[in-house]
Amino acid sequence: MIPPRPRVPVAEETAPDATGGRLATNVMRFARLLRRAGLPVGPAEVIAAQQALAAVDITSRTQMRTALRAVMIHRREHQDVFDQAFTLFWRDPNAGQHAAVMALFEGQKEKKPERAPPASRRVSEAMAAPRERKPRPEDEAPRVDTVMTVSERERLQTMDFEAMSAAEVGAAKEHIRRLRLPLDLRRTRRSRPDPAGPIVDLRATIRASLRRGGALLDIASRRKTTRPPPLVVLCDISGSMSRYAQILLHFLHAVTNDRDRVSVFLFGTRLTNITRQLRHRDPEVAFQMVAHIVPDWSGGTRIGEALAEFNRHWAKRVLAQGAVVLLITDGLDREGAKGLAENMDRLHRSCRRLIWLNPLLRWTGFEPKSQGIRAMLPHVDEFRPVHNLASLRELIESLSRPGPTRPAERERMAA
Amino acid sequence: MSSLPRSVAETARLLADQGYIADLELSTTIHLALAMRRPLFLEGEPGTGKTEIAKVLSAGLDRRLVRLQCYDGLDLSAAAYEWDHARQLVAIRVAEAAGDTDRGALSRDIYTREFLQARPLLSAIDPDLPPSVLLIDELDRADEPFEAFLLELLADFQITVPEYGTIKAATAPVVVITSNRTREVHDAIRRRCLYHWVGYPDAQRERAILAVKAPGIAASLSAQVVAFVQRLRAEDLFKLPGVAETIDWVNALSYLDQHELAPGAVDDTLGVLLKYQDDIAKIRGAEAARILAEAKGDALAVARAADAA
Repeated sequence: MIPPRPRVPVAEETAPDATGGRLATNVMRFARLLRRAGLPVGPAEVIAAQQALAAVDITSRTQMRTALRAVMIHRREHQDVFDQAFTLFWRDPNAGQHAAVMALFEGQKEKKPERAPPASRRVSEAMAAPRERKPRPEDEAPRVDTVMTVSERERLQTMDFEAMSAAEVGAAKEHIRRLRLPLDLRRTRRSRPDPAGPIVDLRATIRASLRRGGALLDIASRRKTTRPPPLVVLCDISGSMSRYAQILLHFLHAVTNDRDRVSVFLFGTRLTNITRQLRHRDPEVAFQMVAHIVPDWSGGTRIGEALAEFNRHWAKRVLAQGAVVLLITDGLDREGAKGLAENMDRLHRSCRRLIWLNPLLRWTGFEPKSQGIRAMLPHVDEFRPVHNLASLRELIESLSRPGPTRPAERERMAA
Repeated sequence: MSSLPRSVAETARLLADQGYIADLELSTTIHLALAMRRPLFLEGEPGTGKTEIAKVLSAGLDRRLVRLQCYDGLDLSAAAYEWDHARQLVAIRVAEAAGDTDRGALSRDIYTREFLQARPLLSAIDPDLPPSVLLIDELDRADEPFEAFLLELLADFQITVPEYGTIKAATAPVVVITSNRTREVHDAIRRRCLYHWVGYPDAQRERAILAVKAPGIAASLSAQVVAFVQRLRAEDLFKLPGVAETIDWVNALSYLDQHELAPGAVDDTLGVLLKYQDDIAKIRGAEAARILAEAKGDALAVARAADAA
């Protein structure tokens, strides 16, 4: 991968010289390499790295790597990229300038979004519908998640969002953007000042009384605050779902930017976390970033496999604190419902409310005949259609009401 | 209180003296945290010895351990400080009775240190108390607003009480934050800390840990147990067994007078290792027997290598 070229021995490169100046320069160049590889490394990290290297024995490669890693990265997901960059850079510090090394990080670089969508599309949209565009936040550099490195083969299959033009989704898009998702609020254990609240706030009461020379006149009080529960969306993007998935992405984008604690995953044959990409305020930029990292648009479905992956790697990280799960799929599974029932059961038991949205429900007289659907149905709290604006609106109303009691809880109460 | 270790080797020795077997990466990170006076942020699967590090540092550095267990809704009055309202009210009444209505004097009187009740965070940086090791355990269990409370403490080792002023540590506490990743902790916290992912140990280190944590167990049994657990961690399970489970298991087997792993005993005690019914059902029986056979091969290879050396 790296063209043959005279290499500087490690010991010489990393040995501190009289001023430490050479090492400092190398640390700075290393930080630049990490940034180019997509890691969020700022000046604070560089300063900390200099301090860290002063505290360890830098002739030991392990100590040096660990020291730099401890101060320069803050997430496990970045560890692999860091280790690769470390191995390359500290063998040959000029590597940062090599085209070959940059090519290695090309996978990450590729994912940096082009800010403007293809000009042709911009122009055609502008011609079709002359409307005012909101100013886009140009300076806000989107954080690129480097975890999901896209392999060459899958990038070829990356879907072109050109297909999703204004004509296809039309006015529905505008409607969807204005939809809000008010989930049933949960009471938290925090409180805020409220004159009519039921909790006496002694601290504020005493402070107020001092203002009046110590006379206890008013009792200050507080009330428990409420907040919506975390929301996790699992959306099927296989061939049979692609039309709906495109429209629903707009909805998911609006929801992700409207409230905190939302995680969005797409699945076909594989599961992809697109939460960070969707956080970008501009939907077009967000969708482009999504298109880049999702390998399996309009392919087959392996629902059981995708749910198993979610249960294994993500459930413990995103389902805490009483999450509501929206599962959007038609339930048509390529694998003949393999492992589906077990994983649905596990998912159902790990969240507070599991809602299945199925576009097939739009046909009256729909009967759950497919193996996949029959395997999934017993494990959902709610089963709703999602195929047009009206059904989306119904969904929102239903989500705003407290969820139905689960059968298990009903039985327990009856007993 | 003993002084801080001066090198990575000294840090490793300090940990080893307290019976904690750390790899070079962990000792380096701990040494850095001590030398740079930065908090240590440890993330990793449950049962990999994250909390233990704080206890070991407290014992090794001869500092008091201040522990804050996080939970949803944890707030300032439970974590940092609380005014003693009852005594303040009494003081106000006494002042009233004495006809003293000088507002300034009264607020100076009731917002003093004696009315301030220290909770773990304040206690950890109290300049009047000896230096501490502060363990903020399972930060992912607390909610986001609580993380904001921590920022001032982690950056400057100080807490500002609006009515009183700023309380700053005389000696920077050693801060250890742990997280099981049930929720992503905010970047603002991460940036103030040194980050280390605590993974499962390799077989050699796990055997060394067993030798320290479960003394009196035959080396052959612990070699088999470690080989079995290491194999088990390669399986597709919902919750993989941690080191804590390995220690429990070897102790359980020893209570049952098992000197060697046998299929029956493995099936009977699987609940010590695996904590989900699905996982147990998947492994019990044929699967356990297969892993056991492979593990025995591993253990035998280790024993042969040890003999040869």
